[in-house]
Amino acid sequence: MEAAGAVEAVTANPEARFLAGGTNLLDLMKQDVERPKTLVDVSGLALNEVKSTEEGVTIGALMHNAETANHPVIRKEYPLLTQAIVAGASPQIRNMATNGGNLMQRTRCPYFYDVAMPCNKREPGTGCGAMEGLNRMHAVMGWSEKCVAVYPGDMANALYALEATVKVRGAGGKERSIPVQEFHRLPGDTPEKDNTLEPGELIVSIQLPKSRLAEHSFYLKVRDRASYAFALVAVAAGLELDGKNIKQARLVLGGVAHKPWRSTEAEESLTGKSATEETFRSAAEAAMKSAKPLAQNRYKVDLGKRAIVMALMRATGQL
Amino acid sequence: MAIYIGKETKRVDGIAKVTGKAKYAAEYQLPNMSYGFLVLGTVARGRIKAIDTKEAETVPGVVRIFTHLNTPKAKSTDPGDAMVPIQQETFRALQDDRIIFNHQPVALVVAESFEQARYASRLVKVTYDAGKPNTDPHAAKPVDPPKDDDPKEPPPKPRGDAAKALKEAPVKVEAEYVIPIDHHNPMEPHGAVAYWQGEKLTIFEKSQEVYNVRRHLAATFGLKEEDVNVISSFVGGAFGSALRPNYYVALTAMAAKALKRPVKLVYTRTQMFTGHGYRPYTIQKVSLGAERDGKLTALIHEAISNTSTVDDYTEGNNKQDRSIYACPNLDTPQKLLKLDMATPCPMRAPGAVSGMFALECAMDELAYALKMDPLELRLKNYAETDPETGKPFSSKALRECYQTAAEKFGWKNRKPEPRSMRDGRLLVGWGMSTGVWPALQQPAAVIITLNSDGTAEVASATADIGPGTYTVMTIIAAEYLGLPLERVTFTLGDTKFPRAPSQGGSWTTASVGSAVHGAAQAITAKLLELALKDAASPLKGLDAEKVELSGGKLQAKGDSSKSISVDSIFKLAGLDRIVQTHRSEPSPERKKYTTLAHGAQFAEVKVDPDIGMVKVTRVIEVTACGKIINPKASHSQEIGGVVWGVGMALTEGTEVDHRYGRIMNPNLQHYHVPVNADIHEVETIFAEEEDRIVNPLGIKGMGELGMVGIPAAIANAVYHATGKRIRELPIRPENLI
Amino acid sequence: MNNQKTETDQCGSAGGERGEGVSSFSRRHFLAQVSGAGGILALQSMAEGQLADFKPSQEAVFAAQGAEMNPVSVAFKVNGTERKLTLDSRVTLLDALRERMDLTGSKKGCDQGQCGACTVLVDGRRVLSCLTLAATVEGREVTTIEGLQNGGKLHPVQAAFIEHDGFQCGYCTPGQICSAVALLEEAKRGDVSHVTADVRAPLAELTDDEIRERMSGNICRCGAYPQIVAAVHDVHGAKKTARRGEGGWDETV
Repeated sequence: MEAAGAVEAVTANPEARFLAGGTNLLDLMKQDVERPKTLVDVSGLALNEVKSTEEGVTIGALMHNAETANHPVIRKEYPLLTQAIVAGASPQIRNMATNGGNLMQRTRCPYFYDVAMPCNKREPGTGCGAMEGLNRMHAVMGWSEKCVAVYPGDMANALYALEATVKVRGAGGKERSIPVQEFHRLPGDTPEKDNTLEPGELIVSIQLPKSRLAEHSFYLKVRDRASYAFALVAVAAGLELDGKNIKQARLVLGGVAHKPWRSTEAEESLTGKSATEETFRSAAEAAMKSAKPLAQNRYKVDLGKRAIVMALMRATGQL
Repeated sequence: MAIYIGKETKRVDGIAKVTGKAKYAAEYQLPNMSYGFLVLGTVARGRIKAIDTKEAETVPGVVRIFTHLNTPKAKSTDPGDAMVPIQQETFRALQDDRIIFNHQPVALVVAESFEQARYASRLVKVTYDAGKPNTDPHAAKPVDPPKDDDPKEPPPKPRGDAAKALKEAPVKVEAEYVIPIDHHNPMEPHGAVAYWQGEKLTIFEKSQEVYNVRRHLAATFGLKEEDVNVISSFVGGAFGSALRPNYYVALTAMAAKALKRPVKLVYTRTQMFTGHGYRPYTIQKVSLGAERDGKLTALIHEAISNTSTVDDYTEGNNKQDRSIYACPNLDTPQKLLKLDMATPCPMRAPGAVSGMFALECAMDELAYALKMDPLELRLKNYAETDPETGKPFSSKALRECYQTAAEKFGWKNRKPEPRSMRDGRLLVGWGMSTGVWPALQQPAAVIITLNSDGTAEVASATADIGPGTYTVMTIIAAEYLGLPLERVTFTLGDTKFPRAPSQGGSWTTASVGSAVHGAAQAITAKLLELALKDAASPLKGLDAEKVELSGGKLQAKGDSSKSISVDSIFKLAGLDRIVQTHRSEPSPERKKYTTLAHGAQFAEVKVDPDIGMVKVTRVIEVTACGKIINPKASHSQEIGGVVWGVGMALTEGTEVDHRYGRIMNPNLQHYHVPVNADIHEVETIFAEEEDRIVNPLGIKGMGELGMVGIPAAIANAVYHATGKRIRELPIRPENLI
Repeated sequence: MNNQKTETDQCGSAGGERGEGVSSFSRRHFLAQVSGAGGILALQSMAEGQLADFKPSQEAVFAAQGAEMNPVSVAFKVNGTERKLTLDSRVTLLDALRERMDLTGSKKGCDQGQCGACTVLVDGRRVLSCLTLAATVEGREVTTIEGLQNGGKLHPVQAAFIEHDGFQCGYCTPGQICSAVALLEEAKRGDVSHVTADVRAPLAELTDDEIRERMSGNICRCGAYPQIVAAVHDVHGAKKTARRGEGGWDETV
């Protein structure tokens, strides 16, 4: 089995879409937000394994989230990814959702979901309903006048921290690798584009380099109820320690921007320092420095800082 | 000795429910069925300028598209009378071009399949002359509720001089509490399947009162009531949302009539948010004045709640204040906000849970102002008789509720200072509250068929939306017919059966249970009469009061040696069955008393001081609600009430974008009801009361009661944990960091 | 590619389904099922019995508005029985079960993956049938609540739900039970959850908190969560349940 046929089918038809787990696409179709004319079911493609390689691991794009999270290699070497996946959605949805599909998950912004409301992401040029509307759940980083929506997923936050690469296949069998940081976009003037995929490109795998973060990582999710809710703020934190000294740091925020928000400022602020609460506080300040809250989400700035400190404390076993 | 009453009994409908055999309204399949799908409007007020269905009509499978232009007008818009008056929704769908709320139905597409109807619904194009919506409760002007709303229950007058007493009180608190719109969100979306046979209409419908739906449909179509059959055997939760006939009911029947074929119409989850009402938005101001010893001298509770522009829905958020504490000076004004929204409706513990949130939080604030234990403050103001009327309570074990709950909870170990208790890094808070709900009873009728083979069928047009009515009525019938439980079947939810009140107000068991009991007694009397035709009857000389049915025998009470088998009475009389209809009414004796059910709620929360997440780790709720017929289902009721209280306190709230007057979270991904992981230790206990006044079985009801008080207990616990007094629900992480 | 690919015309002119619609309701509906199951089922039979009188008039039979334009054929096993259907490609597994296969045990609560009422097992794994297109279960094995009984005997989870009163209105119950059945398998496999303290270590114990988290994809609006946890715990065979803990639920004062 291979993906070529599916890719050709979607490339040839601009109104066609890949269907994998369907957990987001079908929901959006029922809302009349997504209106594909043709669906190409790729769920049966043999892209559903975790393979250990010289460089790390390769995870099939069509492997289900639940299987991925529970794969022994992922649990042992990339516990941050396991934690992030099981923080999202529900067991049933994680049984259906695929890794590739999860990367493609669209925003949960209520204005995006309601076709009677303005939304530049859904219908460019109609305006952003949330900008002056209900925006408690919305972005504090990297938003534009066109769109203040956030990327809702959890898994990708861990993938950013793990510096994953997304391998995609396009028309004519052309394959390319996209560093995950470059996979999602900020809204800018074209919020209708969530990511940098070309039309017809299919995600075939996610590659994770070998990681030294497994001993000291933590995924923290703050939400309105204990489970089965999207993040107000999420933090994927991973450290490589040499004694108390931070050799390497990764810090990614979820629920704050149009894409998982990797804070190189925080990472730089952590690197070379001692893993103390004080160090973490400075990093949190650095991470949220560029935050520009909206009318109803001012709390995310403070909550984000607190969540960062807490995630780092948990990652280092200090809490 | 009771055989079934008071004993834990598994639900008689349990097997049907765990095997998927229980059929809910929209699950009936008929030949030649067609499927409806509603098109909802996109503005909050104005008029429909134009509606274009041309493209939609070309979709294969579309049978017809109904709009206000081609929908037959209702014969009568008489809202129909519920046996117990509830404020009605006067809105009727597709009757004219007027738009009075956003997400209002503007068209109904009927097609051969659900998928076709859904697709076509998207192609219906509507343009509006839209006005600026008025949906912001904080921007709207409060008005007085209509004076003649319910002539039987005029608004109460102020007691004493509350304003003066407040001014003079040495200790006082004044605070405003805000609760957002909440939605019932039963798991089963409302829906119906309707078909006509000539001028006779049958409808499978999700309803808490089938007779009310029948009356509504008979009026709408100009039918005789007996030509309308409403069937509602299983209801997948309702919580008040199916008390009145919602707009889809008449629409479904209308479409079936026009198309001369069965129609199935089910709300989507989003359509639920404007399809059946909701708990209104409330702004409540509570002022309490007290002596330094804690004795209340003044209580002013001003409640403002929203309604629509077409109905004056008032739920009396402060009604229960009048009987809960012994306070000589009291005023409870209620005002309304007329918003461009659908009409609210009763939602579990309507009025009381919102009102008691405000009052019981204010009591907590007063306790802190007095430096007094919150429980002690309640006990100090305990009402031994009804302070409103001076009447005695028919029974009131609230003191026992407080004591038992406090003891179980370990309340005496509470350190009063906020932020003084911890579990590791988590802040621990303990809070308490009082709950109250009237013990009501309504007229109800049942029919019992006692067969000579020792089985009985009992039926009444009541409902079972989840509390366990099937089971509790089976228990009462088996008990008083002296039959094994499994030989009694109880059926409900059908207008073929004798009339029962809505399943609301927590009055079902008291009302229908009394009717079952009465019918069983009438059968007992009839059997005695038949038995005494035999001059040699061992029961000779006894009257109906002195005999009972037990173990298939009619016997003298307290003397089983004097007995005769029911079987032989049937043989003697040459009968194969006895059919008995019985209607029970609340006894006039009740009027001499105040009849209330009470409860005490104690909650423990653990708050993460860093990220503001609250966990309700422990709830002890003790309720006093008369006799408990089936403890198993009754505990489930109270636990459910606690879960509802957790949702109201911490997660639920309907959000409206006032620029558009549109609900923006009409779904379960953004309207957060509690999930399993939100609920931890919940212990419910009954302080049983022996109450012969309320009704012969001593039943008070508990469905609403279990929720009242929980949001306040949680908010008070959050204050104790964090020192933050959150007066607006839901309490969210950002309020606590 | 072969059967890996299903072309599904979503919004185009999908065809009428009258053929399928007509064959999907069966004669069974119109025979009064007098079962021994007691009053409730008897009532339903009554209601269904009335329908025997119901014959659509000639004019009521709607003329077909065109041929089926977008049918897909799909064959899969439902509760052990091979089923073959021709369906509108837009039909979800949930609607196929409920509207076309007379299996209304799987419930539609939200139709958007936000409540779990539609949970069924596909090849033994719990999934949401409302977000599964029927066309995509080709060759798979679907188990619904109607298929959990074994030789007329309740599945232990079904029995435990009755015993612990793990429901009130019953509407979320089939989804809860299917979910719980899968949960027990997942726990046996050692799958981790959001509340598992150390995901690198083997799953130590299926605590009440683990059950709560793992059942959080199934909303119960009646609020039977503690009883559901108790039921799952009981079947799992661990310590006595939370609800029956100190002070027990049958206590009165």
